[in-house]
Amino acid sequence: MSTNAMTLVKDGLWHNNVVFAQMLALCPTMAVTTSGANGLGMGLATTAVLLVSNVLVALIRGIVSEQVRIPVFIVLIASLVTVVDMALNAWLHELHKVLGLFIALIVVNCAILGRAEAFASRNAVGAAFIDGLFMGIGFTLALVVIGLIREMLGSGTLFAQASQLLGANFAFLEIRLHDRGGALLMILPPGAFAAMAFLLAGKRVLDKRFAPAR
Amino acid sequence: MLEKWKSRPLYQPLLLGAVTLLASASLAWAASATREAIAQAEERDLRDSLAQVLPEGFADNDLAAARAEIDTGAATPVTVYRARRAGVVNGAVFKVSGKGYGGEIVILMAVDKAGALLGVRILKHSETPGLGDKIEAEKSNWIDNFAGKALGTAAWAVKKDGGDFDQFAGATITPRAVVEAVKKGLETFARHKAAILGESS
Repeated sequence: MSTNAMTLVKDGLWHNNVVFAQMLALCPTMAVTTSGANGLGMGLATTAVLLVSNVLVALIRGIVSEQVRIPVFIVLIASLVTVVDMALNAWLHELHKVLGLFIALIVVNCAILGRAEAFASRNAVGAAFIDGLFMGIGFTLALVVIGLIREMLGSGTLFAQASQLLGANFAFLEIRLHDRGGALLMILPPGAFAAMAFLLAGKRVLDKRFAPAR
Repeated sequence: MLEKWKSRPLYQPLLLGAVTLLASASLAWAASATREAIAQAEERDLRDSLAQVLPEGFADNDLAAARAEIDTGAATPVTVYRARRAGVVNGAVFKVSGKGYGGEIVILMAVDKAGALLGVRILKHSETPGLGDKIEAEKSNWIDNFAGKALGTAAWAVKKDGGDFDQFAGATITPRAVVEAVKKGLETFARHKAAILGESS
């Protein structure tokens, strides 16, 4: 892997993480991260759409003019999400029953438009592919971490119902820590803001400590 | 050459028009390519749910085939699936819907001849994941509380409103909507019992 691709990977996962650095897509992030499994579902669905939209935008970037690029990208992304929704419903019906809830939310995910505008419309297809993939994985990781923290403190479980998303082989992921329930606040919207804030602060501290000496 | 064209005023509407045309074409193609598979998958879902709302051994006919449209005076007729055992109608399954927090909730309910609930399942909803989705049988056993209840034997409201049914922590609107819709379904059944069960009146 060239250094350039390596930078894209690092940017997507950490330095320019969709949630923790760009602070984009916070609406779906807050809304669905009530459990680790939900975060994972939303993350994977978004990654798939982000990957394809990045590639498509990079492919047509030559003919799209500056003036109408935003509506063109929006039409492209909205159609893409709708096609993915219909295809999943038709041929992967069981998965659609679990992910169906999240797919509609992807249309309003500004991270996808953000990557189309900031990266894919200015770079070659290969780079856009890597960027889409790792931005998506970075987003998924952020969602899973926030989801797990809220789930652990709010309901006392880890990855509950993950087997519904991933299949019965992944039932081992589901851990029940205790049966006393938990702090309901963490499942409710304030919990999302609290978890997000502490994680964000933690990332800043780490970045500062390991920043290269100037 | 292309760069020069791209800044012309005429290029913008043409490009946008071409893109929307292509997008609509691909959507139309995808819709027609998936229509049959989606209909089949939904039919399979319906059979599965029909089997779930009825206790095992309650019916011996093919429920999905035993459908009837009942005019209840509402805008659209109600689709009813009649459960038979040994040729005798002993219950009916039908859909009701309620207005939840995130939109329509479609509910399938089975009622026996006497008007008591045999089972209730959620077919479709868009409630908040992790909060309102506990109405699904896969996520919690809340929905099982309905079995055995009838109009006169329960207080048809959530506990917060003085009824018999639990609400969820952080989500009252969703269970309230389900309880309301099921109650309305039972009332419809009581009013049109003869027609729903297919008895000649």
